[in-house]
Amino acid sequence: MAADTPDRTLRLKLRVWRQRAGSPGAFEEHELAAVPVTASFLEMMDMLNEQLVRQGREAFAFDHDCREGICGMCSMTINGMPHGPIPGVTTCQLHMRNFRDGETITVEPWRARAFPVLKDLVVDRSGFDRVIQAGGFITVRTGSAPEANNTPVPKTVSDEAMDAAECIGCGACVASCKNGSAMLFVGAKVTHLSILPQGQPERERRALAMVKAMDEAGFGNCTNYGECQAHCPKSITLDVIARLNREYVRARVKEFFSTTGKPRKGGD
Amino acid sequence: MNLDAKIPAGPLADKWANHKAKLRLVNPANRCKYHVIVVGSGLAGGAAAATLGELGYQVSCFCYQDSPRRAHSIAAQGGINAAKNYQNDGDSARRLFLDTIKGGDYRAREANVYRLAQLSTSIVDQCVAQGVPFAREYGGLLANRSFGGAQVSRTFYARGQTGQQLLLGAYSALSRQIGLGSVRMHPRHEMLDVVLVGGHAKGIITRDLVTGEVKAHSADAVVLCTGGYGNVFYLSTNAQGCNVTATWRAHRRGAGFANPCYTQIHPTCIPVHGEDQAKLTLMSESLRNDGRVWVPKVAADCGRPPADIPEERRDYFLERKYPSYGNLAPRDIASRAAKEACDEGRGVGPAVDGKRLGVYLDFSASIARLGEGVIRERYGNLFDMYENITGENAYRQPMRIFPAVHYTMGGLWVDYNLQSTIPGLFVGGEANFSDHGANRLGASALMQGLADGYFVLPTTVADYLAGVGLAGRPSSDGPEFRAALKDVNDRVARVLSINGNRTARSYHKELGRIVWDRCGMARDRAGLERAIADIRGLREDFWRNVRVTGGADGLAPELERAGRVADFLEFGELMCRDALEREESCGGHFRTEHQDAGEARRDDGRFAHVAVWEWQGAGAAQRRHEEPLRYEEVQFSTRSYK
Repeated sequence: MAADTPDRTLRLKLRVWRQRAGSPGAFEEHELAAVPVTASFLEMMDMLNEQLVRQGREAFAFDHDCREGICGMCSMTINGMPHGPIPGVTTCQLHMRNFRDGETITVEPWRARAFPVLKDLVVDRSGFDRVIQAGGFITVRTGSAPEANNTPVPKTVSDEAMDAAECIGCGACVASCKNGSAMLFVGAKVTHLSILPQGQPERERRALAMVKAMDEAGFGNCTNYGECQAHCPKSITLDVIARLNREYVRARVKEFFSTTGKPRKGGD
Repeated sequence: MNLDAKIPAGPLADKWANHKAKLRLVNPANRCKYHVIVVGSGLAGGAAAATLGELGYQVSCFCYQDSPRRAHSIAAQGGINAAKNYQNDGDSARRLFLDTIKGGDYRAREANVYRLAQLSTSIVDQCVAQGVPFAREYGGLLANRSFGGAQVSRTFYARGQTGQQLLLGAYSALSRQIGLGSVRMHPRHEMLDVVLVGGHAKGIITRDLVTGEVKAHSADAVVLCTGGYGNVFYLSTNAQGCNVTATWRAHRRGAGFANPCYTQIHPTCIPVHGEDQAKLTLMSESLRNDGRVWVPKVAADCGRPPADIPEERRDYFLERKYPSYGNLAPRDIASRAAKEACDEGRGVGPAVDGKRLGVYLDFSASIARLGEGVIRERYGNLFDMYENITGENAYRQPMRIFPAVHYTMGGLWVDYNLQSTIPGLFVGGEANFSDHGANRLGASALMQGLADGYFVLPTTVADYLAGVGLAGRPSSDGPEFRAALKDVNDRVARVLSINGNRTARSYHKELGRIVWDRCGMARDRAGLERAIADIRGLREDFWRNVRVTGGADGLAPELERAGRVADFLEFGELMCRDALEREESCGGHFRTEHQDAGEARRDDGRFAHVAVWEWQGAGAAQRRHEEPLRYEEVQFSTRSYK
């Protein structure tokens, strides 16, 4: 395939969500011409904002940062699909060659109860941080780590942990789910840490604490629609949800039958 | 300006251990009475905040992103160096130290670099214990890859997402402390000033990016880990939000700014494709392990599809010019060689503004030798990213790459304790100047960020706190804080009141073009002088004619952008002045007047020093100071990778 040139451009109709904090939002319609097919979706949004500012109007607020698909900050629902129509990419990695001249594109924020809209296309995803704060870590004091090669990890295990650890925490899984479930996100972290030997000592308490925090943050439950997997820009699979369920049940059962897992006098 | 680097006495290898043994400590019961502000949540800031919190201090950590997990360290692809010598190929802390000093073209401080090399091994231990899924051999032990500027394999990696995995490790440690209540996290906050009380840094002014509230925070010490200033070039591999504001505001309050002209242009980025581009994307240096860089030997072949150009008509210019390092020549050298080839009219790819600015990075030989599967496993995500952006499949045809701004070695001046010229103001990671000299080697930024954050800052900040004692923390509504708040609010009001005709982005773009053309890969006196005049003119125009819509209440992306661009417009001038005064070529700073047939010519007699700039007030030119670089163990020599 020959390289696209910026000479090929598109004229677009854009329906973009406008919302101020505390008030209901609505779509605003704009026309944008001369969008090069080589531009990224966010560069197209930059062009729209430049046009608005030149007209003395307010730019749309949207989240974005690294623009190379890794920071997880960008978060638009494009034509009804989180991160747009191309599987396995974030909004910032979506390029305009995937759209047609004259097309109408609808741009909305993530839609989920646990992700309230802060303004326009920007939502509050701090629920994800609270889940990690509850247990998404291996406790290791700085400086107390053993020599790295003292803990061999089979390559297959390390690779599987890495597959799960690639999650960028963007929230597309929640936004695509009818239930607003965060189980793909939580499952990815639980999988990453629970299969590594370093993660074993906290395995049960981690699963229990993260699920509890997930429920408290207002995320829904998984009913196996599978939309999250379809829209995950890092192609994380439902396997991590299966593992999360398994880890949770395992932890509950162990907690029930074990004496050491229960809170004892003198704290846990 | 006091530029005492406070290098400890004794042999190089013992300096850090001796120094640590002498630093003052804070009693565990007293630590919770001290409050430390950490600005930035990347590898340096996140690691420092987590570790200080774990030690028992009260920590407030600020970042502009919506979560500390998104700091730009996350985008580092290739790896992290550590002198573990797991490959039995002759590595040691000393060799990593020597490689780093040489890579930096003899413009880094010996003692800092040696400490960095020593700490590198503890970093990998720490990260593995946190569950960072580094690449492994089938036997379960850690794997390594090679990186530019070294003849050993000492780079640890997690596919092409090493920065992400290390940052998520630091983020998990930070999150644990947030959950425990020892760190208070302030995401979506931007630091707009640092506040000095009695000459010491005792707080900051922030703007809450969601509510718009401008607020003062006081503390016993302030740590800046706010990254580099690469976005002064507008187009760079930095994240969109990366900016110079925190370090620039500190500079305006008295912190010396060191070596601003040392910027790194990374050789392997996806070429510019058009006018409305806002971002350049890096393709990891690790690709040069298996990719060969070439251009056609003659310009007439440049328009032909690469597969139609026979082997004997290709110029593998890095292998030709630097036979012993070949495609793994350091970044500054590889970048200049690519620029030279394109300047000769031998660039490839679609022409932008009439010039083909690109060279091939060709994997066909490695695919033939190792199979596509092996290449896919090593670099699959990078090939996918390349295809998303360019629409081209790099398994079938060579990648097209061109140098782009990537990292800045300059930054706030710090002593051995990472303390700036303002007492109580510490600076870590890319925001300081200390370890990479005039050029940073690949896989060393992650190493430095984590060394500063996990191991150096927690130790040296404690020493400062023990020295100032418990009576030091002022109230955040004292006169100094009120004055700083007023400054910030006035500035916001001023930029909103202009209501002119040009967007802040258009100024940023124009500034970027000025510095890229005249303070980029090649610099000369006339060009720099013109750049300085042009930047001054542009800055004046900005303050007369910028248009910021959307006000200052709540989320105001245009106001954020305008504030950052305003600081870049001041900083850009200083960067050019520093480049003008440094009448030599070294590392990433290449003055065309000082070369031997394309190779950088240093002037150790006149310029073996750190240039440190002191703010003299608005409207006055900064004063240049020098910290001499005294080498105890290393001999200056001409850097050769031939």
